[in-house]
Amino acid sequence: MKKLIATLLISLMPTFAFAAGKVQLEEVEINLDNKASLQRGAKLFVNYCLNCHAASYMRYSRMAKDLELTDEQVEENMIFPADFSKEKDGKPKKIGQLMTVAMSAEDGKAYFGTAVPDLSVIARARGADWIYTYLKSFYIDESRPFGVNNTVFPSVGMPHALWELEGLKRPVHAKGADKEGHEKLALDFETVVPGSMSAAEYDSAVTDLVNFLEYMGEPAKLVRYTMGVYVLGFLFLLFIVSYAMKKEFWKDVH
Amino acid sequence: MTTKTQALMNWVDARFPMTKMWDDHMAKYYAPKNFNFWYFFGSLALLVLVLQIVTGIFLTMNYKPDATLAFASVEYIMRDVNYGWLIRYMHSTGAAAFFVIIYLHMYRGLMYGSFKQPRELIWLFGMLIYLALMAEAFLGYLLPWGQMSYWGAQVIVNLFAAVPWVGEELSVWIRGDYVVSDATLNRFFAFHVIAVPFILVGLVVAHIIALHEVGSNNPDGVEIKKTKGADGIPLDGIPFHPYYSVKDIVGVVVFLMFFSAVLFFAPELGGWFLEKENFIPADPLKTPEHIVPLWYFTPYYAILRAIPPIWESQFPGVIAMGMAIVFLFFLPWLDRHPVRSMRYREPIFKVNMFIFIVSFIVLGWLGTQPSTGILS
Repeated sequence: MKKLIATLLISLMPTFAFAAGKVQLEEVEINLDNKASLQRGAKLFVNYCLNCHAASYMRYSRMAKDLELTDEQVEENMIFPADFSKEKDGKPKKIGQLMTVAMSAEDGKAYFGTAVPDLSVIARARGADWIYTYLKSFYIDESRPFGVNNTVFPSVGMPHALWELEGLKRPVHAKGADKEGHEKLALDFETVVPGSMSAAEYDSAVTDLVNFLEYMGEPAKLVRYTMGVYVLGFLFLLFIVSYAMKKEFWKDVH
Repeated sequence: MTTKTQALMNWVDARFPMTKMWDDHMAKYYAPKNFNFWYFFGSLALLVLVLQIVTGIFLTMNYKPDATLAFASVEYIMRDVNYGWLIRYMHSTGAAAFFVIIYLHMYRGLMYGSFKQPRELIWLFGMLIYLALMAEAFLGYLLPWGQMSYWGAQVIVNLFAAVPWVGEELSVWIRGDYVVSDATLNRFFAFHVIAVPFILVGLVVAHIIALHEVGSNNPDGVEIKKTKGADGIPLDGIPFHPYYSVKDIVGVVVFLMFFSAVLFFAPELGGWFLEKENFIPADPLKTPEHIVPLWYFTPYYAILRAIPPIWESQFPGVIAMGMAIVFLFFLPWLDRHPVRSMRYREPIFKVNMFIFIVSFIVLGWLGTQPSTGILS
């Protein structure tokens, strides 16, 4: 009976996986131990995202500490004048402040047709694979206000913020084949305007950015795995001792 | 004991039944010696209750029950409060663990007939604890103010709107508004941190007092008090302390290993403990495509959805769901078979137990799935 229940439970597991939409998502390899990747991701984030999108639960100082950057490095290179030009007190942000943006929510709504989401925990809400695929799926669509559309997020309000890096591409229907060899239409892209990066370089840049977003979604991830190993190790020792104690006390119970 | 500490104990005992209480509930409380694995869950439930209260106290130090601040204050706890993430995950994992433990604890009671005469009141107190726990979990789930918090609460409060005639006004009264809002969040917070925990602790005390009055049941379902030695102590009984206190410590350590494995390595547990949607701040204008309650409510949610509206009223579904809980209260009077333990019951009883557990799991799974029409 126990086996039956276990089998039943296991067979139910995959069906609960969250529906990710119809588009096949590409997998991205997350490595939070790669500090260089996180730093490159942070650079892309403050340069390309943190103008419209805020990360208003995250502090610059926390990012500096976790990414092994000095406060000076962050203050000089990552907090931009644009961030404070519209600040209420007109002063530059300090290192201990939150990564907010000057653009108001109302302005965002007026410019993009929808409120611009905060990106602090976006990796936890959407998942790394989704963001990775999304950032690689912008294509030219003249019918959209910003001239681009997205296969993962149809009719998205966001322009292709990274177009200078990736370039612009147009969808083409390529001839593919399914597993049995039947002809089938497949979606492919052809580059129209080349960007400053090659396809491989862009993939790597987006990986860095998603890696950073994953970190920002939960900074505790940098420490919790290691701490978990120590805690489990301690509990294992405690188990040996407590089990021996139980054995000793129960010797005379028959 | 040195004479000085003995003197102090005597002084206290003359004024407060300290030694008497210790003896009644620990050192001279005789429990059957054949407890198995299933008997760990009572003490574990107590442990998790304490854990939830302690972590809850620390969370309230930084949490803000305000619709505009709640979501951000949780993220503040996750980032800026020292070890705030640990406290928060202990609380969120603890909530799920509480239900795992309680369900196993209740199932133990069903298997060994622990609800039967003379333990009816223990069962009733236990059922009330279960109800209070469900209320506590539901109220607490609104507090992070994410999309699933918000819409989950919206759905559950709307159940009250299904009550004929007074439903609409009843639901407004509960919410304090026409939709779930800041007013709702504030009152849910008050209930979650004071009212319900207070009731919960009181019921747990009553549950344990009732248990220690009649004594524990055991996997064989026999009454150990029937055969007593010359000293008046049950022959098959052993004092709770030290025997079960040292045994329960082993159970606690093993439980903490599972608990820590989830807490440190998979606090979301693939969406079962913390849902993805709940990392999007509550938005009253955007209904999520697929509203799912947390796993411990999904069996009831499946029952609710399985009953179609009758005369354009959802009330029959609400009644069916409510009855699934109410029936459990009457268990001591529904099952009057003199044999307690499943071990000595007919095969049909075992089959029924199996069907019950399969139904629970299948309903629980169905509750997580999008609903479809009967014919589609």
